[in-house]
Amino acid sequence: MLKPIKLFGLFARISILNEVQYRANFFLQVLQSSLSLGTGLIVLSVVYSYTDNLGGWSQAELLAVYGVFVLMSGLIGSLVLPNMWAFMEDVREGRLDFTLTKPEDAQVLISVRVVAIWRLVDVVLGLVVLGVAITRMGLEASWWLAFAFAATLIMGMVLLYCVLLLASILSFWFVRVWELMEMMQSIFQAGRWPVGIYPDWLRLGLTYLIPVAFAVTVPAEALTGRLTPELLAGTLLFTIVALVVTRLIWKWGLRNYSGASA
Amino acid sequence: MSELATPIKPEPRRFGLRNMLTMYAVAARQAIIEQLQYPAANMMFMVHILIEPVIYLVVWSSVATSQGGAIGGYTAAEFAGYYIIWTLVRQFNLAIGPQGFHWRIKEGRLAAELLRPVHPLLPDLGYYLGYKVPQTIYWLPMGILLWLLFKPEINPVAWQIAAFPVVLMLAFFVRFFFMWLLGLVCFWTERVDALFELYFAAELLFSGRLVPLEVMPTWAQNVANFLPFQWTFYFPIEVLLGRVDLPEFWPGVLAQLAWIAGGYTLVRLIWKLAVKRFTAVGS
Repeated sequence: MLKPIKLFGLFARISILNEVQYRANFFLQVLQSSLSLGTGLIVLSVVYSYTDNLGGWSQAELLAVYGVFVLMSGLIGSLVLPNMWAFMEDVREGRLDFTLTKPEDAQVLISVRVVAIWRLVDVVLGLVVLGVAITRMGLEASWWLAFAFAATLIMGMVLLYCVLLLASILSFWFVRVWELMEMMQSIFQAGRWPVGIYPDWLRLGLTYLIPVAFAVTVPAEALTGRLTPELLAGTLLFTIVALVVTRLIWKWGLRNYSGASA
Repeated sequence: MSELATPIKPEPRRFGLRNMLTMYAVAARQAIIEQLQYPAANMMFMVHILIEPVIYLVVWSSVATSQGGAIGGYTAAEFAGYYIIWTLVRQFNLAIGPQGFHWRIKEGRLAAELLRPVHPLLPDLGYYLGYKVPQTIYWLPMGILLWLLFKPEINPVAWQIAAFPVVLMLAFFVRFFFMWLLGLVCFWTERVDALFELYFAAELLFSGRLVPLEVMPTWAQNVANFLPFQWTFYFPIEVLLGRVDLPEFWPGVLAQLAWIAGGYTLVRLIWKLAVKRFTAVGS
């Protein structure tokens, strides 16, 4: 159980050493992230100028949703997505063979290889937005809230990881999978708003097909004290099922993979 | 001296109108054939494009409903109409992205394109015009589905319906030239992503892409008047929505034409400078 974490630490160190050579990239990322944050905040403020309540969420609570959204984008963008792109590239180029011949579990290896450290800028910005939102909500800190928020955030990340990995696994069979990945990234944008405002058919898709609801709305619900113990238990169950199913499909996919390099 | 000894001075090859039209037709056909090969990928791209207006639609119609039915003169059903026309306009104003241009220069593709007897802008134009055919085919089922799901309300009269294709094409030309212009920046620097995002952020806020301009705050509406963006989204949408009357229509078309002329002139000017800087390595 400890080995994946150790491996992650090792690969993260290599990624960091690699990336700090290019410090200009850091400033560009800061510029880009502030730009998209600024745009997002302007959009929110335009909505605020008309109403102070969207689907039962107050202004400060909507800001919290947006903060979780930015935070989650940063986490996925730095820890998960770069690995998925690298994995798909490997399948296409036939380099996956090198990973498969290594003694460590291949799913672990392909999942922890790359850390795009500059994308962590979004994590910081997301935390700042969350901080402002929490102050505005006048939230009373409690252990239960902190625990529920952290737990739902981690489970949301795991769920997104499962869905993104499932999409990447398709590259064993298909060539143009990147369109699917792009599509999923744009669907993730729906998480800027609490999923409760969407019509039923869309909300179901955003909950079970592409778990934007679990990734952004549920942690925001935890933070705003809307999370019931039942919902928390349900999220946990769904996460475990998703992990097991992903693992099974991964193994099945690997059996269908035939190396192209040798 | 015999005739043979006179140095052969090649007649400059005339690239007449007929050749030009053939060139456009070939580029357009290539786009159509290429894109019809990948129905699944294109459908996914369509979803990728459609999700954005659906989010806006849901947000703004629920805001309108919560404010007693209408904001900025738009009811929830009119917002639905706005964003469904949006999806069609988006299909048509799609042009080569600066990312594509970046790739083209980085990979050395441009070197080969420069050797051809036509300006690389022209095949692009033909390609993206042809691309509209498969795009419209892929758009139709999605458009119908959105129509059934969101029950929009649009009230165009006959001349507005007839004028819509025209302003739609003009919108494409405006956006095409400005995207190309943005792509030309790649001749000077590799680090262009931040600049592209600035451009797209500006487009989002000042084009009516996010929300009809009347709903935006006054400062944004004022800024939008000095920028080309609203002629690529807001204006064509409003025409088919039936909210543009004749006294506003003609100035709008003139503005589109003026921005096309301006964009074209800038592209020509900067292209000359850019090509001078260009050196290709490799084949």
